[in-house]
Amino acid sequence: MASKFTVSNRSGWLMAGPSIALIFGFILLPFFFAFGLSFTNQRLISPNPTEFTGFDNYRSLLGLGILTLEPIKDASGAIQMKDGAPEFPTVRSITRNNPDYPQYAGMREWFNFGTSGDSITYVLARDVVFMTAIVNTFLFVIIVAPLQGGLALGLALLINQKLRGINFFRTIYFMPVVVSIVVVAILWRIIYDGNNGLLNNILSALTFGAFQPVNWLGETSTAMGAVIAMSIWQAVGFHMVIWLSGLQTISPTLYEAAAIEGASKWQVFRYITWPGLKNTAVLVFIVITMQAFGLFSQINVMTKGGPLDSTQTIVFQAIERGYGKQDISGGSAISVILFVIVLSVSLIQRWLTRDKGAK
Amino acid sequence: MMQSNDNHGLRLFLRYLLLVLIAVMFAFPLVFMVMSSFKPDQQLLLDSGNVRAFLPVGDLSFNNYFEAFERAPIGVFIFNSVLVTVVTVVLSLFLCSTAGFAFTFMEWRGRKLAFTIILATLIVPFETIAIPLLLLASKMPWIGFDGLTWGWLNSYRVQIIPFIADGLTIYLFAQYFKDLPGELIEAARVEGASWWQIYRKIVMPLSGPVLATAAILKFLVMYNQYLWPLMVVQQEEYRPVMVGLQYFFQLNIAWGEVMAYLSLITIPVLAFYLYLQKAFIASLASTGVKG
Repeated sequence: MASKFTVSNRSGWLMAGPSIALIFGFILLPFFFAFGLSFTNQRLISPNPTEFTGFDNYRSLLGLGILTLEPIKDASGAIQMKDGAPEFPTVRSITRNNPDYPQYAGMREWFNFGTSGDSITYVLARDVVFMTAIVNTFLFVIIVAPLQGGLALGLALLINQKLRGINFFRTIYFMPVVVSIVVVAILWRIIYDGNNGLLNNILSALTFGAFQPVNWLGETSTAMGAVIAMSIWQAVGFHMVIWLSGLQTISPTLYEAAAIEGASKWQVFRYITWPGLKNTAVLVFIVITMQAFGLFSQINVMTKGGPLDSTQTIVFQAIERGYGKQDISGGSAISVILFVIVLSVSLIQRWLTRDKGAK
Repeated sequence: MMQSNDNHGLRLFLRYLLLVLIAVMFAFPLVFMVMSSFKPDQQLLLDSGNVRAFLPVGDLSFNNYFEAFERAPIGVFIFNSVLVTVVTVVLSLFLCSTAGFAFTFMEWRGRKLAFTIILATLIVPFETIAIPLLLLASKMPWIGFDGLTWGWLNSYRVQIIPFIADGLTIYLFAQYFKDLPGELIEAARVEGASWWQIYRKIVMPLSGPVLATAAILKFLVMYNQYLWPLMVVQQEEYRPVMVGLQYFFQLNIAWGEVMAYLSLITIPVLAFYLYLQKAFIASLASTGVKG
């Protein structure tokens, strides 16, 4: 509807300008700033001038090395034994002040493949905690995305029935979404308590006392699972509602036709409901994935990354460095890494779910 | 006939049973929170092991609330959160709606490019800009009553200004305005109405639903702010409610007081939600309907 009545350069900028300026100043500028800062040694407060340090931050975060060690041999060339097993040089002897292996200096063991043949292979990382954080974050996303998306769809199908009072149930299921994640995380901290927590007591009652209490947030094997369960509990109602609005776009005549044809419930879901939800599905999974990569508040309230780094995440590391240690450049480098990951994953998702039929 | 009726009744019963069980799962932590807030610490911990955790039984009082108010300046925290939330919501509704208006109805140089850039910001999670934004905020100038000062840390402005304009809100407005009758606006222009008049007299009166949506979304984001104020507000006098929680997590955690504080900051939001639940659900669902 471009006409001389709608063209208005001055008024247009006057009305949109403030928002454009704010988005430029508080989203775009810091976004590009993150890239720039990640190549420096900028600190929040520092007496020294900021210096350009190239890829140093990235190297110290992402540096990896593979080290294969042979057993120690004595003067005669025979393998030296210790407690009935071949003795290997320690990793420390390679990574600490060893002029023969400058490339491994300062690295620590991340994990090893164990002995194969008569050698042992280690994977070393410059920052083992950050590596753990990356792995944990991916683990969180990979478990939460399908589980939360699937449960949300189940709830949406349940709530989409025409039953008296269904609105009441929808209201209850959605309730945790409006409660702050910080509040929710504190409540679950008490529920997960190892001594007299609700969860332990419920499980113990259900199994007539056979269940042994678990310190859910205090053990490396259960802490991440506990965070995942709580996160799903809080957010699943949100995605239920998105599925629900997708369900309501499917034409009722399709269901009527299926009923006349005598289709089974599964057939109706498989051939009518699911195809009708395709766009919603893409959206739900992309949104869940993007939110899951930002995992921070629950961790900060419940575990602070522990026990033994089993719940470290990328954002927790970024904040701990950038704010906790006032290492702005290190925190910025982590932010950039996170953005690259989020962008790549969402591009891959979009590519995988692209409309193959479209020309 | 009888047979099939019985069967129907049983299936209906099972459906409701499932619905109720799931409802219990979603409601129990919140019921636990409210009930515990009235119990003394010792009873609270004993009760948290059984069904009494969800019942208003035993020694009930408002003591936890009184003690919580003594421990921390709760009134200040609530005032801060309400102030920051209300100011941000109002400014956001005004500036994002005028921007959405300009993007939808007007032709101006740079419009398409600016809109594309704004939409692109939707894929930038706040977590990835928090750290550089912290540095910017610590060095930004401000002209106030006491002249030019540097640094925005420990203030209301640092909690408000960065969150006024965002891509999603502008997009929601633009999307809604697109469906309004464009001829109406053009006719008003032909009649000689100014853009400002059209915005105020024609568009805003028709925009109730989108204003409600944008307001609810912004309200939830702002009231629940945690990461950002954690970093930029160290002084008690500017602290919002979520960061104020730290006062209750010192050496010996008084759980009764924690529960009282959590109830205090959560129940008003829940009441607001229960009162306007249709609008809340619709507005959050609409953020998902972009694609």
